[in-house]
Amino acid sequence: MNPITRRRLIYGSAAAVAGVAGLAAADRLAKRYGLIPPDSSGIYGPGETLTYACQRLLTTRTPAREFPRSMISKNPFANALYAQPLGDDFRKMQDRGFKDWRLVVDGTVAHPMSFSLADLKSLGLHSQITEVACEEGWSYIAEWIGTPLSAVLREAEVLPQTQYVVYRTIEEGAWESIDIRDASDPHTLLTMGMNDGDLPVPFGGPLRLRVPRQLGYKSLKYINRITATDNIRKFGRGLGGVDPEYGYSWYAGM
Amino acid sequence: MVRVTHWLTFIAFIALLVTGGEIVISHPRFYWGEVGNVNTKPLFVIPIPSSRDTVPTGYNYVMPDQNGWSRSLHFEAAWVAVLTGLVYGIYGLFSGHFKKDLIAKRRDWTWRAYRDRTAKYLRRAPPGEAEEISYNVLQRTAYVLVIFVLFPLIIWTGLAMSPSFTAAFPATVELLGGRQSARTIHFFVSWLLLLFLFVHVAMVALSGFRKRMRAMITGYTRDREESQ
Repeated sequence: MNPITRRRLIYGSAAAVAGVAGLAAADRLAKRYGLIPPDSSGIYGPGETLTYACQRLLTTRTPAREFPRSMISKNPFANALYAQPLGDDFRKMQDRGFKDWRLVVDGTVAHPMSFSLADLKSLGLHSQITEVACEEGWSYIAEWIGTPLSAVLREAEVLPQTQYVVYRTIEEGAWESIDIRDASDPHTLLTMGMNDGDLPVPFGGPLRLRVPRQLGYKSLKYINRITATDNIRKFGRGLGGVDPEYGYSWYAGM
Repeated sequence: MVRVTHWLTFIAFIALLVTGGEIVISHPRFYWGEVGNVNTKPLFVIPIPSSRDTVPTGYNYVMPDQNGWSRSLHFEAAWVAVLTGLVYGIYGLFSGHFKKDLIAKRRDWTWRAYRDRTAKYLRRAPPGEAEEISYNVLQRTAYVLVIFVLFPLIIWTGLAMSPSFTAAFPATVELLGGRQSARTIHFFVSWLLLLFLFVHVAMVALSGFRKRMRAMITGYTRDREESQ
């Protein structure tokens, strides 16, 4: 093998010093531009961070893929075959046509408020034909109709220090979060309709948050509370969602 | 550099293979086109139980869900493989490694050379002097296919399954025929890479496992005593 010469030693040390300095600078820049995901610790942290940072640098401003009407799936899969029953309170609301469904908006907003489905619809309905892609591998395309999350955040006047939006559902313990950039994306939709009808309950009706640039597990069903925050560590185990607590990536744009 | 990147790629590849298998278990059905799910007709089904009770497999048994760590490790190992590949690619280009060791020489780029070398393998003839330190035309072809076709293809088909990457670069998935086509191609390319691994390890074993391993780890091609 090659012996360690003085020149090699000098070059090697210089490279090591440059590497450490480079990493420190990258870390500072990444923090400043919000390129570090909440689940950046642990053995999979480097992979999660590289993916999230690259996606934020490359794809933050690109809209989700949309499809022609002819590509809407005739047999979409609700993934609700063996789901937990939603409880008596939910059934009562369902019997009354979800007239008393409320979406609470709080956290770092100037005006914490509560919206009925009619209130949400009055903010303006949008529709998109996008694909649901599950982490397991299957997918389907549907038309989704609803109010952009950004319109709701604007109505409640989200404060400038907000970094994440946490969303919760009527299902105990189910919660997720997205960063403010995904929350501001016009395709991030509080969905109430699907394929020209009301959003069916197995697909998340009456209210599902569609995040089409991420995998299906970020598009939680039965949304009833949205909390803007500048500190994601305060929620749960600080990983940004219940899925990261089970070992799944917080950022599911892959 | 070639040896360091080889072994890093080996570790990453094994991790990708195991975790990829685990991910397939959560939906062992494959489709062609943009969409596919349990309500649509599959292209083919792998006859194994699934880790999801929503997949009809014919088995009355649900495997434990391993997708959390599998997915995280799959992507982290993919980063290791891609970054290693990048270092190897830059090194190979500028050091002359590709030109000198991998690209077949023009005079060897003939059917005759392939036929002769195949016949030599079948006779199990010992390698010639030149082959002790370099690769023959069959080896060169196999390595070029793996390095410049299969690895790029598996990275491409992997990225074509990313919802945010394809949002930015929709052509990457449309050229493949859709998201489910990308997944199916990804699956087949991983089998081709596994096939290469089997043949590669078999050839190492046939040519003297200890001697080749020593060469692959230390870089020595001859016994120490001989070279002195």
